[in-house]
Amino acid sequence: MSSQDHHEESFISKYIFSQDHKWIGIQYGITSLVFLLFGFTLMMVMRWQLAYPDTVIPFVGWMFEDGMLSPDMYNSFGAMHGTIMIFLGVVPMVVGAFGNYLVPLQIGAPDMAFPKLNMASYWTYLAGGVIMVYSFFVPGGAANSGWTSYPPLADIATTGQTIWLFGMVFLITSSLLGSMNIIVTIVQLRAEGLTWGRLPFFVWAQFVTSFLLVLAFPPLEAAGVLQLMDRLAGTSFFLPSGLVVGGEILNVSGGGSPLLWQHLFWFLAHPEVYVLILPAMGVVAEIIANNTRKPLWGYKSIVFASVWLGFMSFIVWAHHMFITGMGQGMSLFFQTTTMIISIPSVIILSALFITLWGGKIRFNTPMLFALAFLPMFGIGGLTGLPLGLAPTDIHLHDTYYVIGHFHYVVAPGTIFAIFAGIYFWFPKITGKKLNEGLGKIHFFFSLIFINGVFMPMFIQGLAGVSRRLADGGVSYAHAAGVLEWNEFMSMSAWLLGVAQIPFIINFFMTIFKKVDGVADPNPWQSTTIEWTDTTSPPLGHGNFEIAPVVHRGPYEYSVEGASEDFIPQTKK
Amino acid sequence: MNQQNTISIPTNDPFGKATNGKLGMWLLIIVDGLSFAGLLIAGAALRASSDSWPIAGELLNIPLTAFNTFLLICTSFTMVMALSSIQRGDEKGLKTYLLYTLLGGILFLGIQAWEYYHLIHGGFTISSSMYASTFYVTTCFHGLHVFSGVIYISCILWQAMQGKYSADNWDHVEILGLFWHFVDLVWILVFTIIYLI
Repeated sequence: MSSQDHHEESFISKYIFSQDHKWIGIQYGITSLVFLLFGFTLMMVMRWQLAYPDTVIPFVGWMFEDGMLSPDMYNSFGAMHGTIMIFLGVVPMVVGAFGNYLVPLQIGAPDMAFPKLNMASYWTYLAGGVIMVYSFFVPGGAANSGWTSYPPLADIATTGQTIWLFGMVFLITSSLLGSMNIIVTIVQLRAEGLTWGRLPFFVWAQFVTSFLLVLAFPPLEAAGVLQLMDRLAGTSFFLPSGLVVGGEILNVSGGGSPLLWQHLFWFLAHPEVYVLILPAMGVVAEIIANNTRKPLWGYKSIVFASVWLGFMSFIVWAHHMFITGMGQGMSLFFQTTTMIISIPSVIILSALFITLWGGKIRFNTPMLFALAFLPMFGIGGLTGLPLGLAPTDIHLHDTYYVIGHFHYVVAPGTIFAIFAGIYFWFPKITGKKLNEGLGKIHFFFSLIFINGVFMPMFIQGLAGVSRRLADGGVSYAHAAGVLEWNEFMSMSAWLLGVAQIPFIINFFMTIFKKVDGVADPNPWQSTTIEWTDTTSPPLGHGNFEIAPVVHRGPYEYSVEGASEDFIPQTKK
Repeated sequence: MNQQNTISIPTNDPFGKATNGKLGMWLLIIVDGLSFAGLLIAGAALRASSDSWPIAGELLNIPLTAFNTFLLICTSFTMVMALSSIQRGDEKGLKTYLLYTLLGGILFLGIQAWEYYHLIHGGFTISSSMYASTFYVTTCFHGLHVFSGVIYISCILWQAMQGKYSADNWDHVEILGLFWHFVDLVWILVFTIIYLI
């Protein structure tokens, strides 16, 4: 961030309590990468337990009693892996980092609509993260009732659960502040001429995502308050009468409904799935259009599909609850809506595939990650269909099949899109491209090993292995035939960890690399405003020297008769 | 190059005449409305599945709370008067009516605290029954909103005393009004659902 000509700011107001959307985006990005690595490490420790139960864990065994995870601890790690990956890793990355950094640049705005609120949103998020990490050190360890925190188990769990709820209040507040800010920014601050039909799809995806957050989080916040009251004030919103714990009837007023939590929780958490995937689709769409040198196929259909997806995501939540005995009428309704919601996802994915057709594809690292996103998300989506239909779901519920399904959506899906985005926009943020060779090593090994982790989960899940066994199924008769996959999956997981090392080296190597001269503002020959109208990195607070004026749509690539093969959005 | 001056917020306002702050407040109202919806619907679901549900009038002091409701509606009226005063450029009217609204909000909270005090001493506590739990959680959640509103009004009142607002600059007063009317409106729902039906 160049500071010549810029009014002097102190170190603290520029780098710590910054109100500049770009720096806040970078703060979000770095913090969430750290949390992603932390959540991944938890999983690598768990995978030792699954592959080699009852043996001492290497490297980190000294942290635990007897050198291994107790079953309670295993449950904590599972719950915290989910919480950290979703609420502290992926959401802050796709909305906090990408949204913050790119939305104002792509719409030609000087900053977000509410810079102070933006800063507050980051610090609230960090506070939530610190609280979550702190919960590992309270008596009884971190929350151990799963990331879904189902009562009555969660109501009577150890202190870690209370800390989890407090942490969630902070994370929810942060997300709400951030998404309100993005909505107002997109509605109010678009550059002159940037009509809704000319918005890059990434901005549309952020817009829909922000609405999902704004509409879905408040009921979870209400549910969180109720669970907190159950734990602290002696109410029994989620505790039924006559609940027996440890052989004794629990002394509470009772009359509560554990199922109520599930409804309130999934009313958030299903839209949350689309919060994880929509921005990823936005990132992938930008990169594919740019690297095929073709306009995005069916721009209007994917915009409408994403809005439709957002709307439908509010009426599918109970497909997580088919085996709770909520009744056939409910099941029928939610099966139908679940089948319907697959249509817009397929529209978006097909449009991206068709965009490839006849394109002059450039196989650079961001494009490779974006291309891998398509089949990986496809596998995740298609394996979801049997889970959306009650008859098959009854068999598959709570097995490794479910784990395999949603990890295909989020891990090789969203996280690959995140990597694609990092490789693609890194030159905008730092002025320097990441090393292509290391990037390709990172990509190919990640692709191989990530499939090695998740593909066998379908096999185990179809055999009926429960997802909650701390010993990986040694003591579980159904698992006998598929047990040998545990070692394979664990090996893949650790090698996947090793495969991230080239990325980390690449990241720091490029940041500290000295480059002479002025950075190329548009190294990918892109059309959108963030590349064509500002320097790399964009100058201090304010982004643009001259307010951009937009004259055309976002994807005018391979235009006949143009001097280059593309026409920027801001060219008359 | 002075970036602070060369870049300005685009003027081709695509969303009527709403300012950023006003749009932000409407979004906050949606968020808050859904939080209340979550609590009220959860309460309704618990009530529907419960064997017995007490009649509110036998436990609670309805006339007192009815007065409180009336009081809150009156503060909505004074808030409207505050905005309309400053729109006419009447700074003194703005300050007077904001002060009335503030006092009304504080009185509302005082009466609610008094009500809680007597209920708790009468053995009606948050853990005594499902009805009591929903009662305390919902009304307390609303009380916190009134409390935030009181702080918010104090801030705007303080700014008004510094002479910040005029006939050309009353946007922040209007945004405050939006929040305060929302808090009143929600109370009417809470009062109806928790106290009356």
